[in-house]
Amino acid sequence: MDYKITQISVFIENKKGRFYNVTKILKENNINIRALNLADTNDFGILRFCVNKPEVAYEALKKEHFIVKKNEILAALMEDRPGGLMELLEIINEADLNIEYVYTFVNAKAGHAVILLKFENIDEAYEKLKNKIHFLDQEYFIEN
Amino acid sequence: MFEPEVELLNREQIEELQLERLKKTVHYAYNNVRAYKEKLDSIKIKPQDIKSLQDIIKLPFTTKEDFRQNYPYGMFAKDVKSLARIHASSGTTGKSTIVGYTKKDLDTWSNLVARLAACAGVGSDDIVHIAFGYGLFTGGFGLHYGLEKLGATVIPVSSGNTRRQIQLITDLKPTVLVCTPSYALHIAETLRKENIDPNSISLRIGLFGAEPWSEQMRKKLEEALPIKAYDNYGLSEVMGPGVSAECTYQNGMHIFEDHFLVEIIDPDTLDPVKEGEYGELVITTLTKEALPVIRYRTRDITKLDKSKCACGRYMARMSKPIGRSDDMMIIRGVNVFPTQIEEALFNIEGVMSAYQIVLEKEEALDKATLLVEVNENIFFDEMKQQRLMLEKIKYELKTILGIELDVKLVEPYSLERSEGKAKRIIDKRGI
Ligand SMILES: [Zn+2]
Repeated sequence: MDYKITQISVFIENKKGRFYNVTKILKENNINIRALNLADTNDFGILRFCVNKPEVAYEALKKEHFIVKKNEILAALMEDRPGGLMELLEIINEADLNIEYVYTFVNAKAGHAVILLKFENIDEAYEKLKNKIHFLDQEYFIEN
Repeated sequence: MFEPEVELLNREQIEELQLERLKKTVHYAYNNVRAYKEKLDSIKIKPQDIKSLQDIIKLPFTTKEDFRQNYPYGMFAKDVKSLARIHASSGTTGKSTIVGYTKKDLDTWSNLVARLAACAGVGSDDIVHIAFGYGLFTGGFGLHYGLEKLGATVIPVSSGNTRRQIQLITDLKPTVLVCTPSYALHIAETLRKENIDPNSISLRIGLFGAEPWSEQMRKKLEEALPIKAYDNYGLSEVMGPGVSAECTYQNGMHIFEDHFLVEIIDPDTLDPVKEGEYGELVITTLTKEALPVIRYRTRDITKLDKSKCACGRYMARMSKPIGRSDDMMIIRGVNVFPTQIEEALFNIEGVMSAYQIVLEKEEALDKATLLVEVNENIFFDEMKQQRLMLEKIKYELKTILGIELDVKLVEPYSLERSEGKAKRIIDKRGI
């Protein structure tokens, strides 16, 4: 199983309509956004998301002159109940791993939550955590 | 050294010679060029008021506009029929500037170009490929006669047809290449495309001029061709190439001060700058017959070093011009040139992209913001790294400009463009 999830990051200026434009391009290419996160400052933002067709999304945004990057993150299954996130972070802490950023989404249909994790070193993180945490693969973002 | 007896004069001897020649030039221009007489009369200055080199600041400046108003021959001190040659500088706007030379002027010019070449280590055994255009432009004929005077073998190839140029370089085996730095780079790239090993060619020295070029360009040229690349400076209004040139220590261009008196002024206040500071180069010719020029504002921004050079010369060295005074911005009292901003961006791997400086007033103070179009190299999906990159850019700017600028990253193609190039300066400060 390929545990590395392709995430798309886009640079957007904090100007009216830029975020909307990204979602519009994705819609026009029939791309479904599964999870999304926006880190922003006064001037600009970094929009990160996971979609069902990352390659198509990457090419479509590039064609429209957006600055786009593909990066690899891990997606962990989390129980949708109080303490679910805390227990997961405890495991990561004990493994002495550095998280760059996290974001989550709830899969209501499936009745669980997913946490997306960016580590400094993805391979090291996976090796240390694979027996304690249930990781999802790219397929998950296509089918569910 | 081509003329060691003058090239090795010390500062005192140089200045003594300059004063004597300055007095003569001012008298000569006053008596023979109506435009100068009228200008001096209008401010009640007589040639005899010039008693020291410092007195030069009493004289009015000459600008491109003077040449335009007196087009074509009004600035000449000699009847055009008595001259030996006419050249012209291409004006980017309007008419070109017409310049003339007596036989003696041409002789002086050849000597100075021979000096320029010898300064870079060119000698009588060298074979020189000249790829400057021959014509009204001073570059082609200027280098040609100077190198002949030096005793080198000259191949007057002229400009254009790069494949033929390369054929001549591989067949005739020249040791020196004369052209613009950008054309030299084009030759190097063409060599590479044609799969000719650049190290197999015979060139050893490049004399590049007629356009400003950076140290990064020198590095590029010296990597792409088996040469040492030398800069030289000149402009047709005062003569052409041969005003100043780098010696083999490549530590600024030695100004041939026995023929040119230079000043550095603040282009805003027109006052002299402090010794060693950047400002606009102003040139007074000291020996020209056909076209004496007093205090010509070159618009080029440079600085002077009058200390003795390792080569033994005391003649002042000017740095590579960092810009044109027309492009200068004054931000919080500090002079800033777009080229300095480019230098700062160039110093950071991957940043070099379109930029724009926005100047605004914020409670009577200048606020300067540099907008940089983001590219893949400087975009990170982590905020920490993104901020670090912004800090790096700010730090580099502060180091080079001496003042802090705000830096904002903007999306690609979002900066206003004119003729394909991003507009560099937006000044909203009013006056
Ligand atoms: Zn020197």
